[in-house]
Amino acid sequence: MQNKSIAQMAADLRLRTYSSVELTRHYLERIERLDPHLNSFITVAAEPALAAAERADQALKSGEAGPLTGIPIAHKDIFCTQGIKTSCGSRMLDNFVAPYDATIVERLAAAGAVVLGKTNMDEFAMGSSNETSWYGPVKNPWDKTRVPGGSSGGSAAAVAARLCAAATASDTGGSIRQPAALCGITGLKPTYGRCSRWGMIAFASSLDQAGVMARSAADAAFILDEMAGFDTRDSTSADVQVPDYVDALDDDLHGLRIGLPKEYFGAGLDARIGEAVMAAIKEYEALGAEIVEISLPNSPLSVPVYYVVAPAECSSNLARFDGVRYGHRCENPQDLQDLYERSRAEGFGPEVQRRIMIGTYVLSAGYYDAYYLKAQKIRQLIADDFKRAFEQVDVIMGPTSPGTAFALGSKMDDPVSMYLNDIYTIATNLAGLPGMSIPVAPVDGLPVGLQIIGNYFEEARLLNVAHRYQHVTHWHQSAPVGCE
Amino acid sequence: MSLDSSDIDKIAHLARLAVAPEQRARYATDLSNILDLVAQMDAIDTSGVEPMAHPLHMAQRLRPDIPAEPNQREHFQSIAPLTEGGLYLVPKVIE
Repeated sequence: MQNKSIAQMAADLRLRTYSSVELTRHYLERIERLDPHLNSFITVAAEPALAAAERADQALKSGEAGPLTGIPIAHKDIFCTQGIKTSCGSRMLDNFVAPYDATIVERLAAAGAVVLGKTNMDEFAMGSSNETSWYGPVKNPWDKTRVPGGSSGGSAAAVAARLCAAATASDTGGSIRQPAALCGITGLKPTYGRCSRWGMIAFASSLDQAGVMARSAADAAFILDEMAGFDTRDSTSADVQVPDYVDALDDDLHGLRIGLPKEYFGAGLDARIGEAVMAAIKEYEALGAEIVEISLPNSPLSVPVYYVVAPAECSSNLARFDGVRYGHRCENPQDLQDLYERSRAEGFGPEVQRRIMIGTYVLSAGYYDAYYLKAQKIRQLIADDFKRAFEQVDVIMGPTSPGTAFALGSKMDDPVSMYLNDIYTIATNLAGLPGMSIPVAPVDGLPVGLQIIGNYFEEARLLNVAHRYQHVTHWHQSAPVGCE
Repeated sequence: MSLDSSDIDKIAHLARLAVAPEQRARYATDLSNILDLVAQMDAIDTSGVEPMAHPLHMAQRLRPDIPAEPNQREHFQSIAPLTEGGLYLVPKVIE
C-alpha cells in the first residue's frame, strides 16, 4: 500500500479497495515498527489521525470527498497545529501547543488529508543534518549511520521510509532540497510567497518558504495544488494565480532549454555526483531538451551573504521567545533580565544561539553597513545573475548537494563546513526562486539529487520537468532496505 | 574578523542570552570563523548596487483600520508560564 502513488491511493479510497482508517492504521503500524530506528517523528498523533480518517471515510461514502480525502501525511514540526504539540525541534517550545493552525495545515485539512504527526527537524530549521534537534538526530533510512540532511530531515526520512504518503517542509537555505537529495526523494521549494507562511514558525522571513516532500513529482503536484495560494494573513503572500499543477505534469519537453551553471560543477563537487547529474541531463537531452552553458558569477558569494541575512533576520524573529508569553521559562528568575537571559540560554541549543549572536552582531551599531547592507547588495547581484540566465534558458540544473549523506557527528564541531553543504541551494532562496530536488542514479548505494531551478512562479514547469524524467527512469521508486 | 570573550559578553547581553563563562571562548572561535566566511563579501565591488531587502518587489498591503480578530486573550494565555487576572506575570521590575 505504501508504495502506491497518491493518485492511486485516492482512487482506491474512492473504490473502497481499502478505507482511510485502514490506510492510516497501516502507516501508524509502520511508524511504530520503523521509526524507533529513524527518529523521524517528534509527535505521532495516532488518535486524532484515526478520528480524521473516520471522518474521511464518511466523506468518501457521502460523495463529499476532496482531492486528498483520507490520504495520510505528516507536517514538519515548524507548522502550528492546534491541539498537537509544535516544538520546532527546540526545548524552547517543548511545551508549546499552538492555539491555532497554520494556513497550510488548514488548507490540507480542508482538502481531506489525514495528519499522522509532526516530523523531526533541526532546531528552528537551523542546520543541514537534523543533528541540532532537541529531540535527537534523525537517521538516514538508506544508512542509519548517516544524516538525512536538514533542516527537514524528519520529513525526508519519513517519506523515504514510506511512513507517510507525503510531508510538508520548509526551506530557508536548502532545507527541503538538500534532505530530499540525501534521502532519495522529491522535494519542492516553491517561489517565495507561493505558500502562506502564516503559522509557520519564522526563522528568516525574507527567505522562508513552505513546500512539499514526496516520493514523486506527481505526488508533490497533488499536495502543492492544495497548499499554494494567496493568504491575507501573510503580509508577503503572493497574490498570483495558482495553476493546476497536476494538469501540467505531462507536457512535452521538446525544445526545453536547460542551463548548466559552470559554478555548480567546479571544485568542491564530488566527481561521482557530477557524473550522476550529467547522466540525468543526458536523459533530458534524449527527451528533446537543449543544453546551454550558463554562468551565475556571483553564486559563490551566496553562502557568505546568507550567513549575514539569515542570522540577522533570525535574531530579530527569535527575540519573541522571552519566557513570558509561551515556551520555556527558567526556574526562579532573580529579575526580568535574568528571566530573559536564562530562559533563552536554556531553551535554545548552541547552533541557534550562534546564529542569534551573529545576527545581533551584524545588526549592531557601527556594523550594519559593512555586513547587512553589503549582503543585501550582493543579494541583488545574485538575483540579477538568475534574471540574466532566465533570458537564455527555461530551467537551470545542477547538483543539489556537493556530497552524499555524511556520517552522523562528522560535521557538528565545525559550523562553517556544515554551512557549505548548502552551497548550491542557498542562491535560490536569496533570489526567491522555486527549486526542486529529484533522485538520480545513486553513488555507493546512497541517493543523489538533481536540482532543478525555475523562474518565479514556474512550479508547474518544474514539476513537469521532474515528472517527465520520473516517467522514463525508476530512481524515485527505489526504497531503502527494510522500508520496501 | 576576530572576536574575543569580552565581545561575546557584549553580544550575548544585546541578544539576552546567558552565556556561561566557560562557553565564551568556544563561541568566540565559532563566531570568528563564521565572520571569516562572511568576509568573502569584501572582495565584491557593490558601488551603485541597490540593496535587495526582499525577493518580491511588492508594496506592503494595507487593510481598513477595523478590528478583524476576535479577542482570544484567555485562549492565548492558556499556554503562558504564569498569568494572573489576564496579565502576564514577570519578576518585579519596579521596587
